[in-house]
Amino acid sequence: MKKRPGALLTLGLAASVGIAQAASAGDPQKGAEVANLCVACHQADGSGMNIAGGESWPRLAGLDANYLAKQLHDIKSGVRQSPTMMPFVAMLDDQKIADVSAYYSQMPATPAKGGEQATDAALKRGQQLAEQGDWSDYIVSCKSCHGPGNHGAGGNFPGIASQHAGYIEAQLKAWKAGTRKNDPQDLMGSIARRMSDDDIHAVAAWLATQSPAAR
Amino acid sequence: MMIQKALRIAVSGALLAVATPLLANDANNDAKIQDYINTLTELGFPAPAEGEMVHIPPTMADLDASDLHPELKKVIRKGYDLFTNTQQLRGEYVFNNMNCSSCHLGEGRMPFSAPIWPAAVTLPGFRGKNGHVNNLEERIAGCFTYSMNGKSPAYGSDTMLAMSAYHQWLASGVEMYPKKKIYGRGFPAPARPAELSYARGEQLYKDNCAVCHAEDGSGLRVNGETVFPAPWGDMSNNWGAGIVRLKTGAGFIKNNMPLGQPNSLTDQEAWDIAYYMDSQERPQDPRYTGNVAETLEKFGPTFHKHSLYGQARESDGKILGDHANTGEKPFLKPDTVRPRTFD
Ligand code: HEC
Ligand code: HEC
Ligand code: HEC
Ligand code: HEC
Repeated sequence: MKKRPGALLTLGLAASVGIAQAASAGDPQKGAEVANLCVACHQADGSGMNIAGGESWPRLAGLDANYLAKQLHDIKSGVRQSPTMMPFVAMLDDQKIADVSAYYSQMPATPAKGGEQATDAALKRGQQLAEQGDWSDYIVSCKSCHGPGNHGAGGNFPGIASQHAGYIEAQLKAWKAGTRKNDPQDLMGSIARRMSDDDIHAVAAWLATQSPAAR
Repeated sequence: MMIQKALRIAVSGALLAVATPLLANDANNDAKIQDYINTLTELGFPAPAEGEMVHIPPTMADLDASDLHPELKKVIRKGYDLFTNTQQLRGEYVFNNMNCSSCHLGEGRMPFSAPIWPAAVTLPGFRGKNGHVNNLEERIAGCFTYSMNGKSPAYGSDTMLAMSAYHQWLASGVEMYPKKKIYGRGFPAPARPAELSYARGEQLYKDNCAVCHAEDGSGLRVNGETVFPAPWGDMSNNWGAGIVRLKTGAGFIKNNMPLGQPNSLTDQEAWDIAYYMDSQERPQDPRYTGNVAETLEKFGPTFHKHSLYGQARESDGKILGDHANTGEKPFLKPDTVRPRTFD
């Protein structure tokens, strides 16, 4: 079985719907209080913000609760490095992580920014990578893991459509550089390392122009 | 230019029979082929052996750019769409969670992942599996019958024509009945190790595959679309499908899985996982006679001697395939499964 944050197991949880992973027994109501710590960056509606030339704040609204909780645990333990996030996760115990993840997962996904300036050629290439991939470089389509419309698949493969372009680009570059490596089995890293910076830019721009999912 | 060409061949250590029609001049073509091979060898695939034919099948972008008749382009695109989203035929011709591209990766173009175009240039031909001469349509019907746990669209139908057109177009420029061996055809498997282990296979599956295909082999569907197909169980291929042969399974896994990481498992690991996967249940072989031992006797020599069908499972002694379950499919055998004699 996939490694889960040990703490989630000790909470005594009901089985989650559909996928074989521990459900977070998060309470979205309590999560709303925790989120007061987060709104400055991730915004009250969970939409985050694309910051051109700076560090973007990812949209959290509508992402899978298990995925969000895993990221918070990973950041807290240092498996995923984020100096910006560190002081905030440090304030969260396991229950608060579960609660705030449940809270954001239930919010409707919001539109993203950062793809507006992209050229038609870049958007076309981005769409190709997202939906068909480019097998001549063994770049598997994003959708084969991130699900229909790239709106996410289960608790391990987050929705990336309608995520901010600046954030997507930064994450792919981090995988390429080896500074983000908290993905299971190096699944994301293997793909990102085959992508040129132009491809990364193209796919980030196209994904950001996609409408948010009706989850 | 001749010297350059000779050099390149010497470097690659292989004599390449070039069969790509889309490029105007040889030097360009050689460079393109060499690039193609370099990408594959970097991914851990072997370089072509001496005398093997390397063909780079055209892409959908090449189709757009080509000067084929617009109607033909439309039909080829339809074939591509059916191949990569075969679930649109669910309940009619397809009764499991597979798309053709679930096993033929890269839209049926990827070497070492049973690229589909060789069928277009080697058929009509004799197939040991059914003991008679098959054409391209009957070959496609075979994957519908077994891999898709379904039945074939009618020979000559619009659906069949579109699918054949896609196969044939991918083979553009290759001679009919090529004498040379085709590089990357099928799911070439590493040599079978001395011993296979169910327990090791089970653990390896959990560690490397379950994140996508689920521990119980059911895969994952989202909003009625297959994201991760089912390697066993009711929603998988049936016991008559080529991939249940251990060697084919091991070759598939070694060359293609985990997704995005070809050749990352050792030969032993790929075989152990194939052995574990083949030890799980799936819908009955459409050629089932009503008795598993009898079916095994009949189709053992040409097929099941390579699978675990009819054998006692190592972990608990259960006889594999001893049931009449056809999964979601409301019949056992489609009527395209029949002998032909040409007498
Ligand atoms: C000062 C701004 C800031 C604050 C406040 C903040 N975050 Fe973040 N958050 C970020 C940034 C920047 C990232 C992206 C980090 C990276 O690049 O790896 C991030 C990433 C995340 C991620 C990972 C998202 C993903 O898609 O992988 C989660 C989950 C998250 N934050 C939750 C929270 C929660 C919960 C709080 C409040 C307790 C919070 N953040 C407070 C800036 C902030
Ligand atoms: C083989 C499977 C696979 C493929 C193909 C794949 N990804 Fe991923 N991706 C993952 C996994 C797994 C994660 C979650 C990593 C984690 O748990 O931290 C991920 C995470 C991401 C993230 C971070 C999301 C976030 O909220 O932090 C981005 C961005 C991303 N992928 C983009 C892409 C793009 C773009 C493509 C196509 C070019 C792609 N992925 C193809 C497996 C894949
Ligand atoms: C469950 C996996 C699986 C699925 C799904 C599948 N196939 Fe196959 N296919 C195979 C295997 C295994 C072979 C035999 C490869 C070999 O020769 O070892 C094969 C061979 C073929 C060949 C012959 C290739 C050659 O080299 O001559 C064609 C053509 C083909 N398949 C078409 C299709 C079509 C069309 C579909 C969808 C209707 C499909 N396949 C679905 C596993 C699959
Ligand atoms: C990142 C997700 C992922 C991982 C990990 C993964 N697969 Fe797959 N697998 C897929 C996808 C997706 C397909 C279908 C290919 C496509 O649609 O492009 C597939 C296809 C298959 C198939 C053929 C179709 C079927 O379901 O029978 C088999 C067999 C298979 N995988 C076995 C494995 C094995 C064994 C492992 C572990 C060594 C593994 N996979 C790891 C995603 C994955």
